[in-house]
Amino acid sequence: MNGAAQPLLEIRDLRKYFRASGSGFFTGEQPPIRAVDGVSLSIERGQTFGLVGESGCGKSTLGRLIARLIEPTSGSIFFEGRDITGLSRSDMREVRRHLQIIFQDPYASLNPRMTVSDIIGEAFEIHGLARGAAKRQEVAKLLDAVGLSRAHIDKYPHEFSGGQRQRIGIARALALKPKLIICDEPVSALDVSIQSQILNLLKDLQREFGLAYLFIAHGLAAVRHISDRIGVMYLGKLVETAPSSEIFTHPAHPYTQALISAIPRPDPDAVRDRIILEGDLPSPAAPPPGCRFHTRCREASRLGTRCMTQEPAWHAAGADHLAACHLVENTGAQ
Amino acid sequence: MAEPLLEVRDLVTCFEADGGEIAAVDGVSLHVDAGETLSIVGESGSGKSVTSLSIMRLLPKPAGYIRSGDISFEGEALRDKSEADMRRVRGRRIAMIYQEPMTSLNPVFTVGQQIMEAIELHLGLSRRDARARAIDMLRLVGIPAPEDRIDDYPHHMSGGMRQRVMIAMALSCEPKLLIADEPTTALDATVQAQILELLRKLKRELGMSIMLITHDLGVVAETCDRVVVMYGGKIVEEGDVRSIFRKPLHPYTEGLLASIPRIDETRERLHVIPGIVPNPRDRGAGCRFASRCAYVMDECRARLPELRQIATGRNVACFLAEERNR
Repeated sequence: MNGAAQPLLEIRDLRKYFRASGSGFFTGEQPPIRAVDGVSLSIERGQTFGLVGESGCGKSTLGRLIARLIEPTSGSIFFEGRDITGLSRSDMREVRRHLQIIFQDPYASLNPRMTVSDIIGEAFEIHGLARGAAKRQEVAKLLDAVGLSRAHIDKYPHEFSGGQRQRIGIARALALKPKLIICDEPVSALDVSIQSQILNLLKDLQREFGLAYLFIAHGLAAVRHISDRIGVMYLGKLVETAPSSEIFTHPAHPYTQALISAIPRPDPDAVRDRIILEGDLPSPAAPPPGCRFHTRCREASRLGTRCMTQEPAWHAAGADHLAACHLVENTGAQ
Repeated sequence: MAEPLLEVRDLVTCFEADGGEIAAVDGVSLHVDAGETLSIVGESGSGKSVTSLSIMRLLPKPAGYIRSGDISFEGEALRDKSEADMRRVRGRRIAMIYQEPMTSLNPVFTVGQQIMEAIELHLGLSRRDARARAIDMLRLVGIPAPEDRIDDYPHHMSGGMRQRVMIAMALSCEPKLLIADEPTTALDATVQAQILELLRKLKRELGMSIMLITHDLGVVAETCDRVVVMYGGKIVEEGDVRSIFRKPLHPYTEGLLASIPRIDETRERLHVIPGIVPNPRDRGAGCRFASRCAYVMDECRARLPELRQIATGRNVACFLAEERNR
């Protein structure tokens, strides 16, 4: 609301601890699952922040926290400079016009008993913006925007393919002209040829409506295509943030390096210099001391016991490029 | 030339649905040679998984059935075998792993019990020997402390671990052929890398053949010798992995390759194959890819192009194949 330089979204030291399901009278108190454990980041207007990490790293929980679908344990969320962390349900309704979310499974997120017109138009009714013929007109315009035929307006979700359903989900998110859309793995469930259609659509809509995206994915390749900046999460924490091109050419954190090397290259003659991570992801209820990645890091022994005992701070690894790794501090920009 | 390990000829597999009949696999012929990895690539509805279920005779009954065609494995016709005989083939000579290891493992038995069941049944080993072999298999697939983990239940394990258990179980009887249906799709990239590395190593050490069913062309490029591309129940292109990736001849293969987001380049827009996979009920007389094809001609809508040899080991079902190969 003030200052053009202010980021659209800023989160500070956000945490979400889930009580372990085993806790109770007979089992005693179990340590909580630290799904998100102190994450700070900001997203500029009209920009895309790609959030990458593997199952259990907390990326989807972070998305839900920002949309305030779940409540944080601690930390703050600022949207257009306003702290929305403690807003009441009714105050949040106004903010939510500008802050929408789309999900991975387009079928599970669409009510099977509602027509396309009802699904997309519901928001207009809730916010008292349009009803009847005016609402139908708005829905038709949204169908145009997401590349669906207006002839589909009275159909039900089961009559569509996966890609078309995701377009319906996008149209619903667009209805109130939001400023930020949280995209939680929006293409992971789709066929390859359909994924590229949806990614291109999201880019076109961004340009047309000046949207910002928080694009959450486990696949790095799709994220590169759409993101301006990328953040990599491991076990509840961000470990590296950098401009999209920079992170692929100069990944600084050993986990990011392993993640990038693990992507299968569609070229039978590609030279593969693969870093195979040993072992499994540790439990988020008992994250390793020091650097959380040290149990699987092939560089961890280089600094004696430091990685095992001391949590790394953020260090500059390049222009606008930060990594939470002791090695980066020692070697500077790599 | 030696006889292939597995040969499928003119397979047609149908499903009853809503009173009609749909040919999910519509005249597919393919083979897997001893020691080779063949990949079947395709999207939802291409018929790639139904092909593998037909080979294993595991089609959902009564909705799915093999209408016609021959399947021969080590010279034996699998279609004529009784269910009891098929049970001696499955697990022993042809093993299968699936996408979701949690649903393929029985939650009420330990992983050891499940691996040992197959070993006792097929190899006739004693309990004690079967347990020793199960521990060896778990070690082979890289599970740490297998002597302890063997008594774990599936829910004690991570997704990557469970997929390793599935592979240990599949390989415990040293099958000649492993059919892997999207074995890494549900896994994270770093775990996928672990599992693919494991499959490559085991194939080398045990000398088995693999039929890998996937939609991920990156996985294909890394693991396979030969590729079969399916669309709408038919094979549209077949060839060795290098030729397919260097010079895709079918417009669908070309489109698939072009639409993958790559990390080694930046493009403003991704290539797109327009439209959606047509409903199998609405297949016309022409090429099934015609409605989405950038090179479509009148002829393509009128009649179906046959799969034919364009070069040695290279088959393509497109009227333009010869021209595009120049």
